Amino acid sequence: MIGLPLVYLLSGLMFAAFAVLSAGDRENPKRFGNTAFWGLFALSFLAGDHLGDLGNGVLVLCLALIAGSGQLGVGAPKSTSPQEREGLAATYGVKLYAPALVIPVLVLAGSLTFKHLTVQGVHLVDPKQSTLIALALAALIAAVLSQVMFKQPAGAPVQEGRRLMDLVGWAALLPQMLAALGAVFALAGVGKSIGEIAVMITPADSRFAAVTAYCLGMAAFTIMMGNAFAAFPVMTGGIALPLVIGQFGGDPAVVCAIGMLSGFCGTLLTPLAANFNLVPAALLQLKDRYAVIRAQAPTAVLMLIVNVILMNALAFPR
Amino acid sequence: MLTLLGVAVIVLGFALRFNPLLVVMAAAMTSGLAAGLTPVEVLAAFGKAFNTNRYVSVAWLVLPAIGVLERAGLREQARRTIQGLQAATAGRILLAYLALRQVAAALGLTQVAGHAQTVRPLLAPMAEAAAEPLSDDQRQKVRAMSAATDNIGLFFGEDIFLAIGSILLIVGFLDQSGITVEPLALSVWAIPTAIAAFLIHGARLLMFDRHLAPKAEDAA
Repeated sequence: MIGLPLVYLLSGLMFAAFAVLSAGDRENPKRFGNTAFWGLFALSFLAGDHLGDLGNGVLVLCLALIAGSGQLGVGAPKSTSPQEREGLAATYGVKLYAPALVIPVLVLAGSLTFKHLTVQGVHLVDPKQSTLIALALAALIAAVLSQVMFKQPAGAPVQEGRRLMDLVGWAALLPQMLAALGAVFALAGVGKSIGEIAVMITPADSRFAAVTAYCLGMAAFTIMMGNAFAAFPVMTGGIALPLVIGQFGGDPAVVCAIGMLSGFCGTLLTPLAANFNLVPAALLQLKDRYAVIRAQAPTAVLMLIVNVILMNALAFPR
Repeated sequence: MLTLLGVAVIVLGFALRFNPLLVVMAAAMTSGLAAGLTPVEVLAAFGKAFNTNRYVSVAWLVLPAIGVLERAGLREQARRTIQGLQAATAGRILLAYLALRQVAAALGLTQVAGHAQTVRPLLAPMAEAAAEPLSDDQRQKVRAMSAATDNIGLFFGEDIFLAIGSILLIVGFLDQSGITVEPLALSVWAIPTAIAAFLIHGARLLMFDRHLAPKAEDAA
């Protein structure tokens, strides 16, 4: 059965290739930092299940120390010049969009069909991981297709992948690190403590106040934890169930749907939602790490107000 | 309550712009120690969770394909496409993308777009091309707004889809509390917020054009 191990193997090999190519990149004064960083990340993908918990912990600590001590640089693999790219764009035209469209189409097709792909009752692809496996497969096919269609050198996918990966740098690890932090916070009971405080400061005598406290609480908790999914059970159990639904008779479906969306407003405002807010800033080479958050903050704040109003207007029987 | 010190470390560390990887490790250590764990136990718990969450980083597999396409001129082609359209402005392009992203997400197609595969190679170059000439500062703003529009379209579209993680989480949580709610009932109530998000962010995008226009003349 094709499952996550194969996807991890592919990822590990990709990062290992980035590490090896970084080592030979004399244009990058910090090339050995890059080699160590991507090499360790490759090791995590290839051997993470055999390192033991503490071994993995030490590995992450090393990654953080390499990044934190400024040992990561940006490599400069040989690529085409802006003039050459203009020429290539003129030559190939709209054909250039084709491989880029292959990725979403294959991801969609894979996540819909892999579940039903069985040989003598045995799943060919792990049905729980169909989207991730489809993504890996789509990425592989799109890379080969773009290389062949546009007559690019054989090493281009790996070198160009490394070029982009170096732009993202340490931010690439942040989503995974934050997921791990969430697990440690859960172990330490951080969410429970925040919930207790939220309940303590929520006024219990006014419907409007309870709704507002729930929506703002969802957003604030999400800002602190980086994830509306972590905020939802705590805030809903602490405020929505006893007060908004229990005491004031709010419709659970409306309250919870809009409550979750209030949490999403918090996601737009926090650097802890790294894959949405910090990674694109790195990918787009923005000078300000928080530029994406600044751009979406007015929308997020207005949407939070809208959610409070909507919940007040829609959740209660007239 | 002492475990909340970890949250304080996060807030302070990000505000002071320390390296986020170090801030995250420090926050985990702080909360773990406050909860009575030893440093080795915290490190092991962190390492275990890091390892089980590797799937989060699998998305980077798309970079080689995007990189080769950039090498072959995809970003330049995106610009050429937009330069052929007289009516294109940055705000209108982003508005069209917002609608597309919201509708796609509402149909469950959350993976069809994203920052690595759409915003960097296609959306941002298109929005920039439509707004030229741009000062350096404005270029940064156009790129940031492109990324923001992708996020907003995704967040306020996906909850209309029945089988998305957040809907399933709500159904499961309410079920444990003895309340039965159909996924459809939840997704229907995500629609008013989705419409409001489109109106609010859409209006901001159209105003964004006006914000870009006069300064663009100065830059020229």
